[in-house]
Parts: sequence; structure tokens; C-alpha cells
Amino acid sequence: MTTATKPAQGASPPRARGDVRGARRLFVIRELGIALALVLLVAVTTISNSRFLSAQSRKDLMLGATILVVLAVGQTIVVITRNVDLSVGSVLGLSAFATGKLFLAMPDAPIVLAILAGVGLGVLCGAVNGALIAIARVPALVVTLGTLYVFRGLDYSWAAGQQINAADMPSGFKRMGTAVVLGVPVLALFAVAVLLIAGFYLRSYRSGREMYAIGSDPDAARLSGIPVGWRVFTAMTVSGALAGLAGVLYAARFGTLDAAAGTSIELNVVAAVVVGGVAIFGGSGSVYGAALGAVLLSTMGAALPVLRIDPFWQQAVVGSLILAAIGLDRALTARIARRLRGRRARGA
Amino acid sequence: MVRKRLGTWDVLVVAVLALVVVASSVLVDGFATSRFWGFLLLDVIPIALIALPMTLVIITGEIDLSVASVLGLSSAVMGQLWLSGTPLPLILPLVVLLGVACGAVNGLFVTGFGLPSLAVTIGTLALYRGLSYVVLGDRAVADFPFSWTGTFIEPLPGTTVPWVALVVLGLAVVFGVVLHATPIGRALFAMGNNDQAATFSGISVAKTKFWLFVVTGAVASLAGFFWTMRYASARADNGAGLELAVVAAVLLGGVSIFGGRGTLGGVLAGVLLLITLRNALQLADVPADTLTVVTGTLLIISVVGPNAASMLRDRLRRRRPA
Amino acid sequence: MRAIRNGVSLLTLSALLLTAAACASDDGGDTPAAGGDASAGASGEIKEGLSVAFLPKQVNNPYFTVSDNGGKAAVEEFKGEYKEVGPSEASASSQVSYLNTLTQQGSDVIAVSANDPNAICGAVKQARQGGAKVVTFDSDTNKDCRDLFVNQVTAQGIAENQVKLISDQIGGAGKIAILSATANATNQNAWIELMKTELKKSEYSKIELVTVAYGNDDDQKSFQETQGLLSSYPDLKGIISPTTVGVAAAARYLSGSQYKGKVVLTGLGTPNQMREFVKDGTVKNFALWNPADLGYLAAYAGAALASGIITGKEGEKFTAGKLGEYTIGPDSVVVLGPPTVFDASNIDQFDF
Repeated sequence: MTTATKPAQGASPPRARGDVRGARRLFVIRELGIALALVLLVAVTTISNSRFLSAQSRKDLMLGATILVVLAVGQTIVVITRNVDLSVGSVLGLSAFATGKLFLAMPDAPIVLAILAGVGLGVLCGAVNGALIAIARVPALVVTLGTLYVFRGLDYSWAAGQQINAADMPSGFKRMGTAVVLGVPVLALFAVAVLLIAGFYLRSYRSGREMYAIGSDPDAARLSGIPVGWRVFTAMTVSGALAGLAGVLYAARFGTLDAAAGTSIELNVVAAVVVGGVAIFGGSGSVYGAALGAVLLSTMGAALPVLRIDPFWQQAVVGSLILAAIGLDRALTARIARRLRGRRARGA
Repeated sequence: MVRKRLGTWDVLVVAVLALVVVASSVLVDGFATSRFWGFLLLDVIPIALIALPMTLVIITGEIDLSVASVLGLSSAVMGQLWLSGTPLPLILPLVVLLGVACGAVNGLFVTGFGLPSLAVTIGTLALYRGLSYVVLGDRAVADFPFSWTGTFIEPLPGTTVPWVALVVLGLAVVFGVVLHATPIGRALFAMGNNDQAATFSGISVAKTKFWLFVVTGAVASLAGFFWTMRYASARADNGAGLELAVVAAVLLGGVSIFGGRGTLGGVLAGVLLLITLRNALQLADVPADTLTVVTGTLLIISVVGPNAASMLRDRLRRRRPA
Repeated sequence: MRAIRNGVSLLTLSALLLTAAACASDDGGDTPAAGGDASAGASGEIKEGLSVAFLPKQVNNPYFTVSDNGGKAAVEEFKGEYKEVGPSEASASSQVSYLNTLTQQGSDVIAVSANDPNAICGAVKQARQGGAKVVTFDSDTNKDCRDLFVNQVTAQGIAENQVKLISDQIGGAGKIAILSATANATNQNAWIELMKTELKKSEYSKIELVTVAYGNDDDQKSFQETQGLLSSYPDLKGIISPTTVGVAAAARYLSGSQYKGKVVLTGLGTPNQMREFVKDGTVKNFALWNPADLGYLAAYAGAALASGIITGKEGEKFTAGKLGEYTIGPDSVVVLGPPTVFDASNIDQFDF
């Protein structure tokens, strides 16, 4: 059961296990490739400035990746089902501002309540997206483009120019933003937990596998009895929930909040997912790859100023990375297809 | 059947546009003035211009999200060329050439390498915008001669209608004829409905789509030239986010995001509706937040509307024989 | 059936439009006739009933919320009609659209903070042809476009103040860096140039400015740039961040890092944002003008123009309510005054 061979399912004759393993190996290679690029980037930067890997800087790198990783995990689940969620930045902004408002109203509120409120708000936004997509049968691209505007507009009119300052946040919550356990920031632990849970779910649960089936061929999935609408709804809701969680983490990390938090982060999230090897038309990819993509992008953002490269290059590099990644994926799938054809020919 | 349903959506958009115009003329002070329409058309021009090729691209089932970045890159390069002493009459063709090159890169990735246009143009959206920052940084070049910048916002004699709007209208007629009255246009619809069927019928899908991306790039760079002249300021961030407005207007105009359906007239009505509503609300002192929500809601209605309507009709039809 | 379908869609859309239109008629109704009914006051009295519009770089920006509210207080004092409009993202082109709208509405006074010194020039000229007096505040346009510029402080004043603050804290020697807003921010660039000149003075000869970083007035970007500065320049002694967004982000980074108390930070910030960092020892002092006073002065200056008390020429005088009398300087510029320095002893007296 690997993702890459899914598109052929149904039409093609049964395949040998070896083909599947071979294909899976190629995708492991794909993820190793990103990891290698990451190691290379860190090595080059560290050689040019040894402080890039100091304890403080390591902590900063992990914190910098946290929010993008959480969002990328949610986006992966959505993209695997052949949908996309462009509203994550707006949901993040809404949830971050809500967290600030909550602490303004109840300075003694426990942190757990803030997290629940943020995630709850995210679930609500995700459910709106999911309902429009699953019930009204409207393409996710358009719906989430629309809710990108709507959620951000609501955020702006709620905030009405107000800014919430770090001083308004309870110190326990701010401590969570800077606290470190065994050299790893607490916030990054959230991202790791989200990543492991999502990875386990997609790999080992029936409904998780069905997400891939939907992305490979929605009609076939529907015919084989998978509740496509319900699964897509779930995927959108999970993405909303994670964006909500990311909003709370954003509030804890940055402390200063206005309604613009997370503006246009959706582009980086989609970029991370694509660089991480998740096929934009669904059915293939893993959350681990997407998380690696997110770490690569955020590390690059931190490395450019250290390497004293003109920061104006950053966006151009991100764009080239996306193009390189999808080009590479294309080459890989072509190779897998060739390999499968070859095996079949010999077997016949 | 499909064509019929389409027709009604276009008519509906035009009707709503008319309703907005009538309602605003009565309710909003300063709406029914020729000055308002002069300002409005200046706002409409860049969006309408890019929406023309975008309509064709979406009808073939592809999308180009890099248009606003091509606009920004054109503006940045214009600024840099002007700084280095290139005269404007030479800058214009160079900028269009740049647009052609940007479009060709998109086209090559999509048709040559067979990659999904959504992913490719998200990549080039970042790449082209990034390059425009590399070219011009955060500087603004603003010393273009008034003889040029003034000309581009000049109205037709005796009216407040900018002459550039007529050029856009002329281009719209050309695109409309190509789309609706030539074999090329029929081929574009065929591709959007079924790529394979189009291929078997002897149309070169790849070649046609490639040139469509090239045209889109060229038109986006023209829009960049106009933008720079209108605001008399070449900046790398010019037109950031404009792709969303263009896509919103095209979909609002009744073009299916899956391809194969849509009319150019509907798109023009969609562009006008979006901008008229925005400017009318602005004139009525509706805050920017509300405008954002209205834009998003319109976009969702534009896709939910036709779907909900057809679902309702199916239900009614099922009930009737019983 | 088609009729039903159309009917449903039409109903939805027209409901939306009607709602919008209803709001429109509410707001549109109370726009006063363009200064026509205002009583004349060439003798130095500000007319009543002037319509004054504030157009900030972006609405929802806390700094501009404070300064616009200062303007609102002034407009209420001279019994005018106040309103604030503006884009939700700070782009030049969207400001043009709002200027056009204000021109059509026949505003008497437009107080605008320019996102781009040139891009809004044409629209400002059209507004003036339409009868409005245009005052820029905080960020100027080209000086031949507007009637008057209300400057928060002279660039020279800022440069001297900032260099003195940092020099006092690092003991007059060592490497410093500047964390600015965007690379083409008019104000910051002028200040940085003058700071460089200031640093050439003999008393600052042991201070070395190593780099200028740009946080784009974006909280997260400024935060990361601070992080980048400290890892690229291990022996950095201090940072000047002459932008409210930058200095708050830098302070927050420092307070949660090992550099707290070791690397000096000063700049231009608001007391509410910086209070915490002054109290926890991350920042000793910083400076700023009072943005509410800036908006207040801009409103009075615009009203004085629209009432014919001043025309914008150098040497003319007008009275701005509680702030007292101001004189117009060269290039039609009015300066609010020297910056205020905030530290632990006085920060609690301010709330903005």
C-alpha cells in the first residue's frame, strides 16, 4: 500500500510486492533529498558563521519552523485529498487575535482554555470551508480563496485597529513561548506531536488511507464506498483546527498581536507542502516530507541574513525551489511508471 | 443544456450589475457623476486587461496565478531601465518581451514538462515577485516624465472616459471573437471539457496552451506598463495580490474553474460588478474590512450560486414525474 | 424552473446589495455640504462644520489609530465632521482610490500619511482641484503636491537624539547596527543618513555602525532580522531601531534570549508596547513623539488652511488648540516638536 502506485489502482493487474517497495524507496529518497538539502544549507551557513548553530540560534530555528510545520501538516492532509486550503493564514490571524482577546477578558484563564478556544475557532472556520466544498460541491480553491477574504475581513473588523501587546498576556502563557525542555522549545514540541499523530493516522488508519484513495481518483473512491464528502469535510476541519492551533502558538511566540497576523503565509505553506513532495493533485506524499519542506523554507529564511545575502533574493529562491521540486517529482513518477511497466512486461 | 445554463448566469451577472448601478445612483451621493465613472474605469483597466487572457486560460482548464507578479516584475524592470537611461518608447517593447518570456517559462513548465499549472504558477508567482525585488529592491522610481504619465490617465475629449479603456475594449472584442467565433475558440472549450478528446480531434493541445500562457504574460506586462504610468511610480510590490481579484472577477463572470464553460461578456460584467460594488461601497464610507468580506462572499456566491441552482433544478425535475 | 433558479440567486445577491445600500444611505446622509454653510472666519477663527477626513497608511494600524483619534479630538473641538477611511493593507495604489472617493465626496480637509511620495501625487492634486486642502502627516508626498506637511519631528532632531541615547548606554564605543522599516521608507532613510553624519562627530569616533537591517515594519520579519544581526555580529554592542514595529520586535527577541541586558537597544517606540521591556530591564530608554498630538496638529493645520487663516507659506502662524501656536517653516512644513524620551521614571504617565 504505497501512495505512488495508487493512480494505477483498479485498472491495472495485481502487482508484485517488489514494485511497491521500489516505488516507496524512491519516495524515501525524495524525502532524504530534502533532508540532505537542509543539512547542506545548515552546514554552509555554519561554516560561514559558527554561531548559526549556537544554543540560542538552534532554539530560534526550531521556533521559526514550528508554525509553518503545524500549518503544513494540516495542508498536507487537505492536498492529499486533491483539495487545497488557502484560508489558513486568515484562520491563524483570527485565532491569534482571539487568544489575545481571551486573555484581555480573563487574565487568569488557563493556557489549556486558550488552546481549546483557538482550536475550536479553527474547527469552526474549517467546517465552513468543508461544508461548502462537500455539500455545495464547490472547488476548494475558490471556496478557500473566498474565505481567505472573509475570515481576514472579520478579523479586521473585530480588531478595529486594536493591538494586543505582550504586556497584556499572562506571564505563564508568554513563558510557554520561550520555555525549553531538553534543548527543544515547548512550542516546537507541539509541532512534533501534531506531526507524529498525523503521520500515524494517515499511514495506519483505514480512514487515513482512504484520504489517499480520494486524492488519486475521487470517482473510483466514491464507487468503492468511501464516504468522500465526509472525508473531505474532515480534512478541511482538521486543517482549520491546526491553523487555529498555529494561531495560539503565534500568540505565545510573538506576544504582540494585531489583525494582520499570518497575512499571506498560505503561500509559504503551499510552497512547503509542494517542496516536501506532496503532489498538488492529490493521492501522494507524506506529512513528514511536508514538515521537512517547512523546516527547509524557514531555515532558509533565517540563513539568508546570516549569510548576508540580500534578503530580496529570498522570495525568488522560494519560487525556484517550488519549480525544482515539482519538476523533480515529475521525473521521479515517470521513473516509477517506467519501472512498473518494465516489471509487468517481464512478468507477462 | 450546458450552454443554456451558462447564458442565464451571464444574464444574471449583468442584471445584478444593473441593479447595483441603479440602487447606488439613488442611494449613494456622488455615484451618478461622470467623474466617478472616470475614476472607476481607471481602476477597472488593469483587472479587465489581465482578465481577458485569463478567461481563455481558465476555459482550457488551466490557471495562471503569476500574472500579478509579472505585472510587478515589468514595473520593476521599467524602473531600472529608466534609471539606466533607456527612453520610454524603447522600454515598452522590452517590457512586453519580458512578459512574453515570463509566459513562455510558465508555458514550458506546463506543456513541455506536463506539470500542473496551479503548482507551476504558484512557483513563478513567488519567483517573478522575488526577481522584481532583486531588480529594484525596495526603491521606487518615480521621475517618469509627465508627458507620458499624464497621457495614460487622459480622458477622451469632452468625457471622463480614459482613452486606455477604449483600447481595452478593443482588445476585449478581439479576444471575444477569437473565443466565441473561431475554430481556435471552439478548441479551447474542447480542451477544457476533455483534453484527450481535443487531442484526438487533431488540435495540438500543448502548442495552443503554450501560446496562451505567452499571451497572458505579454498582456500582464502591458498591464504593468499601464500601472506604472498611472501611479507614476515603478515599484517591485506593484499589483501584489491582484491575481486574486482577477481570478475572482473571472469566476464571478461565470467561467467554470474546471474549464470548458464561460463567456467573455460574462467576465467583463464580472469585472465591472466587482469594481463598481467596491467603489460604490467605498464612496458610501463602508470600511475596508467590510469590502474585504464582500469580495470574498461574492466569490463564494459566484460558485455556490450556479451549483445550488442546478441542484435545486435536479430535485424539482426528479419530483415532477412522480 | 429557470425562473425559480434565477429568482433564488437574484434574491441572495439583491439581499446582499440592499444591505450594503442601506448602510450606504445611512452614512451618505450626514455628509455636510462642502463647507458652504460654514461661517467665514478670515480673522483667525476656524470655521465650523468643516468636513475633515483622515487617510492613514492603513487602517487597523495601532499607531495610526492613536494619531487619527488625536485628529478626531481636534475636529470635535472646532465642531467639524470627522471621518477616517483607508485601505487595510499599506499600498500606494489603494490610497489613490480612497483619495478619489474623498474628492468626489467634497471633503474640505484631507489629512493623509503617504505610502509612496509619488504614487498618490496625481490624486492629491485632483483633490485640491476639487476644493480640498490636503495636509500630509507622518509621511510626506513630494512637496509640490500637498498644501502642508505636518512633520512629527525634524530629521536632525531624531538623529541627534537616537545617537546620543545609544552612545550614553554603550559608553561611547563599540559596534552598533540599525534595524529599520522598509528600505525605501522615506522617514527612516532620512534619519539614518543624518545618524551617519552625526556619528562622524569626534565624540562618537569610537562607535562603528556595522549594518542597516530591514524588518519591513513587519513584526515577524523584524524579529528574525534581530536574530540574524546578533548571530552575524557576535560583538555587537547595541541596536537602534527607529520604527515602532522594529523596536518592539527587537525588544521581545532580546528579552527572551541570552543577550538580554548585554546588548543595548533603543529606538522609537510607543510606551504601551515597550512598557514591559523597560520594566524587565531589556531596554533602558527610547523616544517618540506623541502620535495623538501629531493627528491633533494635522487636523488644526488643515482647518486653518480651509478657513483661510494660513495659505501654507513660510512664516505664517496659526494656533492649534491646546498645543499652542505654530509657525510654518521652509517647504510648507510644520514641526510638532522635539521627541520625548521615555524611561522607567516617566513611562507610566503615558498611555498610547
